[in-house]
Amino acid sequence: MIAIIDYKAGNLTSVVKTLNYLGVHEMVVTQDPAVVYGAAKVVLPGVGHFQATSLLHELGLADAVRESIAKGAWFLGICVGLQWLFEGSTEAPGATGLGHFAGRCERFPAQFEGVELKSPHVGWNSLERLSAYSRLLRGVERGGFVYYTHSWRAPVIHETAAVTEYGGAFTGVVEKDNVMGVQFHPEKSSAVGLQVLKNFVEL
Amino acid sequence: MLTKRIIACLDVRGGRVVKGVKFVDIVDAGDPAELAHRHAAAGADEIVLLDITATHEGRGTLLDTVKRTAAALFVPFTVGGGIRSAEDAAAVFDAGADKVSINSSAIARPELIGEIGGSFGAQAVIVAVDARRVEGRGVEEAEVFVSGGRKAAGRRVLDWVREAEERGAGEILLTSMDTDGMRSGFDCELTAMVSGAVQIPVIASGGAGTAGHFVEVFGQGKADAALAASIFHFGVTDSRELKAALQLAGVPVRLPC
Repeated sequence: MIAIIDYKAGNLTSVVKTLNYLGVHEMVVTQDPAVVYGAAKVVLPGVGHFQATSLLHELGLADAVRESIAKGAWFLGICVGLQWLFEGSTEAPGATGLGHFAGRCERFPAQFEGVELKSPHVGWNSLERLSAYSRLLRGVERGGFVYYTHSWRAPVIHETAAVTEYGGAFTGVVEKDNVMGVQFHPEKSSAVGLQVLKNFVEL
Repeated sequence: MLTKRIIACLDVRGGRVVKGVKFVDIVDAGDPAELAHRHAAAGADEIVLLDITATHEGRGTLLDTVKRTAAALFVPFTVGGGIRSAEDAAAVFDAGADKVSINSSAIARPELIGEIGGSFGAQAVIVAVDARRVEGRGVEEAEVFVSGGRKAAGRRVLDWVREAEERGAGEILLTSMDTDGMRSGFDCELTAMVSGAVQIPVIASGGAGTAGHFVEVFGQGKADAALAASIFHFGVTDSRELKAALQLAGVPVRLPC
């Protein structure tokens, strides 16, 4: 069973539809901590503001995720879902992240190497410096294109499994054991995105 | 490296893709779902579906079309036409769209931008701007037109795109009415002006005829993405050919695998 956490941050239709396409039938969209805790796999999607993640704490979902991870369930955070795995974000300083990974998410700089940098970062960009050990990236090649849309980004850390360059490198994929996150939208990233989701489904 | 996006646009009427030729005749160009998938397979980075009837009776048909098109489409999918309220937008998102494009309804009630963005995120709101230059004046005096280009909105393009960004638009879809349908190139000066005025991505539209026109609008025009409609429909070229030409010209593009 895959539990998809609904925390009222945007549109879940695409993620559900894509998992369906990949042959996943046992899935539930939920806000219930007990359902999340009981699931073998948990997906935290999210497009929107980091502030929306405060609902995860209010509803007891953060604790459910923490316990579920501790007992070995597979976890995938998408977009803001990846950012939430870190300690927090300057987008909503009052909202805390799960803190599973070290570091805070920051806004793209207004300038990079003396040139104005547009923000948000929207469009297809490539995955670089792929970890050979990543389970999520099995079958994905260096330079593979994925679709991004975001203004805040997670720093590059030891557990970063792939980076993307925009105003410097940021974490495109993070992965440690059973906990994974992607900053891009795999459900919108054509063949590469489908491969990533397929890898997660087949874990 | 962030690539320049090529966006395939499908005009839909009564559940079929249509295309005006020489501004009047409407030619049936096929089934939206089928064409959307064909474009995505050929390397289009996004698909836009514009409902050009946008009548009340047509809404059910549109939602059905959106649903069928979205079912196995794994690139960003935008729907526009007749979205007047946050509820209209919600129905389109429910059917599988990732973004909505709003035009006249945003001019009529600019709060709509923030209302949709508040529920679905700024990235889900594209504000479409139909622009026309004023004869004898500079590009900065270009005006916004609404109702399918029939009515002047009484606003300068420059002011409106800035307001749209402030209100939380995620992207601007800028169509030059002066070049639209002419296949003689985008209005690069207009596009560059808008791109310089806002931080959010600008999608250029109107006037594509050759690959060279896209090179120009990504270069001089400073566009982040470009919309191609008629250039694709009748097998003139597809995204694969277009992107190969762009790559040769040094424009960063996502090549289809």
